[in-house]
Amino acid sequence: MWTPQGTLHYGSSGTYLPVKGPRNMATVTFDNASRIYPGTERPAVDSLQLDIADGEFLVLVGPSGCGKSTSLRMLAGLEDVDKGSIWVGDRDVTHVQPKDRDIAMVFQSYALYPHMTVADNMGFALKIAKTDKAEIRKRVEDAAKILDLTEYLDRKPKALSGGQRQRVAMGRAIVRQPQVFLMDEPLSNLDAKLRVQTRTQIAALQRRLGTTTVYVTHDQVEALTMGDRIAVLKDGVLQQVGTPRDMYDAPANVFVAGFIGSPAMNISTFKVEDGKAIVGPARVPLKRETLDNMSADDNSEVVLGWRPESMDRVAPNSEGALPIEVVVVEELGSDAFVYGQLPTLATTLADPKFGGTGEVIVRVDPRDVPEKGSTMWVTIREGEQHAFSATTGKRISPSAASTAATPTA
Amino acid sequence: MPLLITGAADAGLMELPWDVPLSAWPEERIAALPRGLSRHVVRFVRHGDGVLAVKETNPEIAHREFHMLRELERMEAPCVKAVAVVTGRQSPSGEELPAALVTEHLAYSLPYRAIFSSALRTGTLTRLIDALSILVVRLHLAGFYWGDVSLSNALFRRDASAFSAYLVDAETGDLHPKLTDGQREYDLDTATTNIVGELLDLQESEDLDETVDPFDIGTRLESRYRELWTALTSTETITSNVPFQVAERVRALNALGFDLGEIDMQQTEDGTAVTLRPKVVDAGFHSRRLMRLTGLDVQENQARRLLNDMEEYRVVHESARGHKADETFAAHEWLTHVFEPTVRAVPRKLRGKLEPAQVFHEVLDHRWYLAQAAGKDVPMPVATGSYVKNVLPTKADEQAVLGLSITEMTAELPALTAEFGTSYAVSDPYANDNTHAWGGVPEPEVEEPPTVTRVSTRVTAPKRQARTAAERAAESLEDEAGTLDIADGE
Repeated sequence: MWTPQGTLHYGSSGTYLPVKGPRNMATVTFDNASRIYPGTERPAVDSLQLDIADGEFLVLVGPSGCGKSTSLRMLAGLEDVDKGSIWVGDRDVTHVQPKDRDIAMVFQSYALYPHMTVADNMGFALKIAKTDKAEIRKRVEDAAKILDLTEYLDRKPKALSGGQRQRVAMGRAIVRQPQVFLMDEPLSNLDAKLRVQTRTQIAALQRRLGTTTVYVTHDQVEALTMGDRIAVLKDGVLQQVGTPRDMYDAPANVFVAGFIGSPAMNISTFKVEDGKAIVGPARVPLKRETLDNMSADDNSEVVLGWRPESMDRVAPNSEGALPIEVVVVEELGSDAFVYGQLPTLATTLADPKFGGTGEVIVRVDPRDVPEKGSTMWVTIREGEQHAFSATTGKRISPSAASTAATPTA
Repeated sequence: MPLLITGAADAGLMELPWDVPLSAWPEERIAALPRGLSRHVVRFVRHGDGVLAVKETNPEIAHREFHMLRELERMEAPCVKAVAVVTGRQSPSGEELPAALVTEHLAYSLPYRAIFSSALRTGTLTRLIDALSILVVRLHLAGFYWGDVSLSNALFRRDASAFSAYLVDAETGDLHPKLTDGQREYDLDTATTNIVGELLDLQESEDLDETVDPFDIGTRLESRYRELWTALTSTETITSNVPFQVAERVRALNALGFDLGEIDMQQTEDGTAVTLRPKVVDAGFHSRRLMRLTGLDVQENQARRLLNDMEEYRVVHESARGHKADETFAAHEWLTHVFEPTVRAVPRKLRGKLEPAQVFHEVLDHRWYLAQAAGKDVPMPVATGSYVKNVLPTKADEQAVLGLSITEMTAELPALTAEFGTSYAVSDPYANDNTHAWGGVPEPEVEEPPTVTRVSTRVTAPKRQARTAAERAAESLEDEAGTLDIADGE
């Protein structure tokens, strides 16, 4: 069990890591877990294989209908597991009732009871489980310390600010001391400003508690900023799991490449000749490994991806440079983005599977923005290009050297 | 983005002040109604002949809840009626305002807190919990996972001597083709926690007696739910007399107020027995039967009471006629000779108190007490006259408008919704003469109950102790009518 002080050390990765106490190891394992709704052919969640470490903050992210909420609800016990199993620590919970799983769903918007004190609001549910009074008081006090609510324990919710009230609601889940917290789009109820604030608070709180947490969102920015690791799902299939940095620097396929990062990665399919991708007048050299990984089915085509910040502006007609017609310039003060178009001859491939529009986003120096309608020439920085199979969409280039690339979340 | 209203074809909705935050809507628009605890700004708004509930939230949630309520309504689940979603709201200075979900206010419905404030009799609490457990069973049968079952998220209507519960907050819910056991268990678990919390809160505010044990009551929902769920869905194995057993099962379901739509009967492997499993059960067995016979749209227990009275009428008149009347014919006679005269006897100004069917139920109860006191049967017109004069005026107005005490008690926590100021002007309890639910009853010729002059039975009704403002208001009525001398109409 955690105690509020003296149990954290500064982790090597820059995060506070909880020191493991005598508490059970609350790892979570999805072991080839599938959910197949009756009467449907495609599983809503398809053989999910995922190991979540004790104390980890894992974010499930993906577009709507990708199976992220279903996965969370399978862990909560709300959805049946039709194939495979789910484990919490060394316990198989696949067929265990929700309330016996030692898991708490956390809502941001519990109703608070106006006539009860803050302490009672946080602790009353423990009385249902016949928890001893002294124990309840202790747990409430511990939680209040973590939540900075100690001095308000005997007050009524009316006396609290909006943020404090939200923390009382969190306290209700915390005092149960579950092995795992589950959060399903908890911020969807809030306006944009409060969402950013609360996002930071939840992440900080989770690090102080050190309780394993699974968090679901459709928002990749939320995922990048909050998660220790991110699992990206699409059509019920896990696409990739990794740290925010992994996902950004080495997306496993075209989908992850396009989903993670804002503005999105530039993705287009190009013809390959003599080990070089033909991008309009330019010839972009491909790595040895990339060429080795191409198959006959690829029909000498490759999908290239490069981030908006991975380009350098160069003089017109420089070697290996691509011309981009400037359509819109978006100036954000610290940054500026050019929304442009590759020349048609660069994208004349018939109906490519990935990225056929030729739209390109370039981050440029905000003090030197090109004019709308002009043509600007750029080169893709060495080692910051991602290559994917034109047939399967899978990554075929080695991990990009993570030099200048920075998440722009 | 310009203002966009999606939903009901009601141009009048455009007239509402959407460019003002809901918490600042002008008082003349607002109906002071009892509200539950809410995490959003919620206001009841006068609109045309009725009252609307408006809730501020974000557009995605509003649309989602709107479609879910529509879908539930289509499945005839007991829930509030979604009217519209309003998006693209802007203040005159161009500031964006939250989206709004508009629902119809359920006439004569009460949040649980209002029921506690108006004289908690023994058993009221358990009846509320029973009503909620039936609601949860019905929603689960329809494939609706609630996610936040609580007394606050339901509304209650009087239903004969019980209550009927209606879903008001579908925000946390989901619709599925069929619920998993985990979803049902989770709903029961949150229900217990929420009910205990709500009752503890009532005890803190001294609205609930200290002797009531919230933890006992909290677990009641689960046990009631399980009883009902088992009765409705369990598979039984029959070895002999199959037709009789099937009929018994149907009768048992009917007694619970459910209709058997489809049943699965399967012979066991060895061929010696048949397994029986209800496949489709529909709630509202009695209310649908009454609707078919009379066109009256009332709640389940009210329907049960009305059907019983109708049956009694049919039997009593059988002897006079010499043969039992056809059911449809008897229903028509009962409607015109018994039901309508009774509810018509309620003066217009007292109609905001209870629904017509509930009035009828109470008159039947009153008649029983009068008969006890008199030592013999009391005819319906006498019972009605006595009820309208002595009982109904003492009731709180439950149709739509309630007084300050309840408004104060049930106003949401201001800070929960980041709004300030929860004091509302108390409306004249009779001002909102909303005729909703009375619409099907023919208008009386005069406002006062009919005076019947032939003398055969004279009854003095027991005087009630509490004399409320409403009762004093009704004294003018009494003065005009004098002592009612009523004869049996037959």
